[in-house]
Amino acid sequence: MKADQSSGVIVGIAGAAGDGLDKTGDTLARTASRLGLSVFAYNSYQSIIRGGHIWLRIRLAEGKVTNHGDALHALMVLNQDSLERHVAEVEPGGVVFYDRDRVRPVPTLMRREVQEFGLPVRELAQPFGKVPAVMQNAVLLGAMLFWLEFEFAVTREVLQDTFAHKSPEIAHQNTALAQAGYQYAEQNALRPVGLSWDFGRIRRPFVTGNEALAMGAVAGGCKFYAAYPMTPASSILHWLVAHSEAAGVLVKQAEDELAVINMAIGASLSGVRAMGGTSGGGFALMSEAIGLAAMLEAPVVIVNSQRGGPSTGLPTKTGQEDLNQVLGASQGDYPRIVMAPYNTRDAYYSAAEALNLAERFQCPVIILSDLLLSEHPETLEPSDLQAALPIDRGHLLAEAPVGYKRYQMTTDGISPRVLPGTPGTTFVAASDEHDEEGNVISDQFTNAPLRRKMHEKRMRKMDGVLPLLEPPCLAGPQDAEVTLVGWGSTWGAIQEAVTQLAADGIVANHLHLKYLIPFHRDHVRKILSGSRQIAVVENNISGQFARHLLAETGIRPAHLILKYDGEPFRPREITIQTLAIVEGKPHTLGVLEHEAREIAYHHIRIHLDDRCRPSELVRRAMAEQTTPVWHTTIVDRDTAAVTGTLLIDAETGATLQWLPA
Amino acid sequence: MSDALKIDDFKGPVHPDWCPGCGDYGVLKALKEAAVALQIPPHKLMVVSGIGCSSNLPGFINAYGAHTLHGRAVPVASGARLANTDLHVVITGGDGDGYGLGLGHLIHAMRRNLNLTYIVMDNQIYGLTTGQTSPTSMLSHRTKTTPRGNVEQPINPIGLALISGATYVARGFSGNPKQLTELIAGGISHAGLALIDVFSPCVTWNKVNTYAWFRERVYDLSQEGHDPANWSVAMEKALQWGDRIPTGLIYQTYRPTYEEAEPVLGKGPLVAQDLGINQSLLDQFLAETM
Repeated sequence: MKADQSSGVIVGIAGAAGDGLDKTGDTLARTASRLGLSVFAYNSYQSIIRGGHIWLRIRLAEGKVTNHGDALHALMVLNQDSLERHVAEVEPGGVVFYDRDRVRPVPTLMRREVQEFGLPVRELAQPFGKVPAVMQNAVLLGAMLFWLEFEFAVTREVLQDTFAHKSPEIAHQNTALAQAGYQYAEQNALRPVGLSWDFGRIRRPFVTGNEALAMGAVAGGCKFYAAYPMTPASSILHWLVAHSEAAGVLVKQAEDELAVINMAIGASLSGVRAMGGTSGGGFALMSEAIGLAAMLEAPVVIVNSQRGGPSTGLPTKTGQEDLNQVLGASQGDYPRIVMAPYNTRDAYYSAAEALNLAERFQCPVIILSDLLLSEHPETLEPSDLQAALPIDRGHLLAEAPVGYKRYQMTTDGISPRVLPGTPGTTFVAASDEHDEEGNVISDQFTNAPLRRKMHEKRMRKMDGVLPLLEPPCLAGPQDAEVTLVGWGSTWGAIQEAVTQLAADGIVANHLHLKYLIPFHRDHVRKILSGSRQIAVVENNISGQFARHLLAETGIRPAHLILKYDGEPFRPREITIQTLAIVEGKPHTLGVLEHEAREIAYHHIRIHLDDRCRPSELVRRAMAEQTTPVWHTTIVDRDTAAVTGTLLIDAETGATLQWLPA
Repeated sequence: MSDALKIDDFKGPVHPDWCPGCGDYGVLKALKEAAVALQIPPHKLMVVSGIGCSSNLPGFINAYGAHTLHGRAVPVASGARLANTDLHVVITGGDGDGYGLGLGHLIHAMRRNLNLTYIVMDNQIYGLTTGQTSPTSMLSHRTKTTPRGNVEQPINPIGLALISGATYVARGFSGNPKQLTELIAGGISHAGLALIDVFSPCVTWNKVNTYAWFRERVYDLSQEGHDPANWSVAMEKALQWGDRIPTGLIYQTYRPTYEEAEPVLGKGPLVAQDLGINQSLLDQFLAETM
């Protein structure tokens, strides 16, 4: 796919953690944003501070982009490994930027018509004194800015703003280096991307999902936020701590997630809007207390930003793998609301909505986010986030009426709330089953009818929730060959896949669910009854949402498009699998060539030495082997001499044998 | 002062379900007496517990309360206190709840020095679950789950509190209600975290650590010229066990509370603060990202 103004230019920046990639990417993204372009970035990083492989993709376009896209039009690599791993992704007509002193191009890995543009970074940096290695990226960035046909003045401004708090010297040095790269590109006939950008020059907020969610929580009246650091939820904690005083939110880093949710419940009992944030592992620890919140009828909002599991799993990779856990959290039956925001803007409004619902229905509300939504930054329209949001405190009384009962049995199940500190009454919020006044009926005063009616009272609250939630609607044409059904952060990629499918002559439409509990059963049933084929798209291995859909509606989707390698969907991946469904082709789980190459790189890193790399891969049947094998030739990076052959099972992915030359 | 609060003002809605003779009755009475002594109205008192016999206490006193999960009273109380600093928050529970499942929270609460009063009714046994060993059961104590005698060293709550940064550390005995009332009132008045470990005999399941057993051993530190400001001496007292067991105020010091150090609380109790933000503040937050 060629770069164009509307679907955008996609650039990749790859290197090791600690190379200063994030700053380079940030400068590029902010330059584009200040020029008035839309930006969507995704950082595929690892849970280490230095070393390892960082892979940042930034999509820049004139119109709004909703995902990090498929193609790669320009690549900036900071080391040899990064070049080898990503250069094959660069589209014909694209360009690769690298430091001539550190990286050697590998023409055999490159597609046709890709410009390679090596810069003599050391030489270009020389006039500017002693330059730390992390700053040398600025030279490559300058060349990339020239290629993108961006105005250097804007980048200068961004660099000055970024480094102003450090020192004017650092800002100046970075600017000079970037300018040197820019000029070098100009003088050495680098062919620019060739887009006649129409820069809107509107300054747009450039925020992550977690930042948007944190701001939404503040706008929604959150006064207490507790968390234990856990990727990918930590940046909610970080943002709120940094803005705690200005926003008037008390932020508490607790000793563990058990404390997090129980502190939030305590704060809620005292009458403030309380939230906690975590990922799947921390959520598991919170499970019992989520039932406590429901039993005490304490409004509380919990954000579970999912990552790949089970166990510690993939700490820095995305997934939608916690739906089952959330649905199954805590013992017993209890009222709760579960929602999955579908984009950054929605994360903002979801936080405020969750706080309202929690207080109105006096129950836990769980926001299911994930690493992709939580951590990717994107530009929003300046008017996207509005501060003035309704704050609905539900049935909250300033004074206690005579004969007040905290857990009064009402027709809608909602018992008027009085906060501790209010004169004229007292009550105990009890974890054990209790009567209307809060007296426990668990042992001394067990009472079966009261237990039944109190249980029903709590559950009855759910009847009031669904009418307040916006029903899902079908995007795209009514009559389609296939309906793609998704939930949460996959929204952007699915939307674009529908467009891609249309270009391929396939009419598809898209149903996206934000509210998972309660579920718009009737709406969904009605929409899907008109679908010819249903494919559920989600980031897990078992189709957790598909099973939920079946349980709620009785509809068993015929197809699943699943991704569970830790990376978010690219639109093209959904498109390809949808095409296969339409054509009736079975989906293969075999190891593809680029995957075999990644597996070979892993073997090299663990068992061989960094001087070699995979070169050619050939898939072939082997006499002694029931499944096909990828014959992977490993060569010396310097001399290209063959060092051996690695055999990788093309079905299981097993590394079968290393045959030294 | 005819409208002064009396002990009956704290009478709970239901009578305690504890066994006749349970040490917890003495603790309940002492807590009420302390509230009377301090003239804290019931609506300003919040009693938070976990799970266990003694954790049923909030239901037996006229005050706001929360009966939470096993081991989780401390974080619930912490949240309640942070959200409304006008409330006197007292935590009540047993040794299993506080020193077993909830021990991690307790240590952090002590170093955090929130203004909380934690009364642990320590009977050295699990009562509600019918007589299993507890974190404070003595060595060789035979219980339902230690038929050959307990082989695990008991937790030393006083010593633990001292090294964890608790700013008010006391030990009471439910057989000495006058002293216990003073210790609880002192704990509630104290600015910071107060841990009051109370020998509260279980007459049903602990046949070793009985009232008689304690009466033979306990003595009142205040009558022996103990200086509660001296941490080292307090530590010596914490380690004293056997023929003579010290009770009373063991250690007290002053350190800024967590609430005092929290800037957001500078504007008053959280529960009374405004909600939401205006557009100019949001725009300022958004401008940081551009």
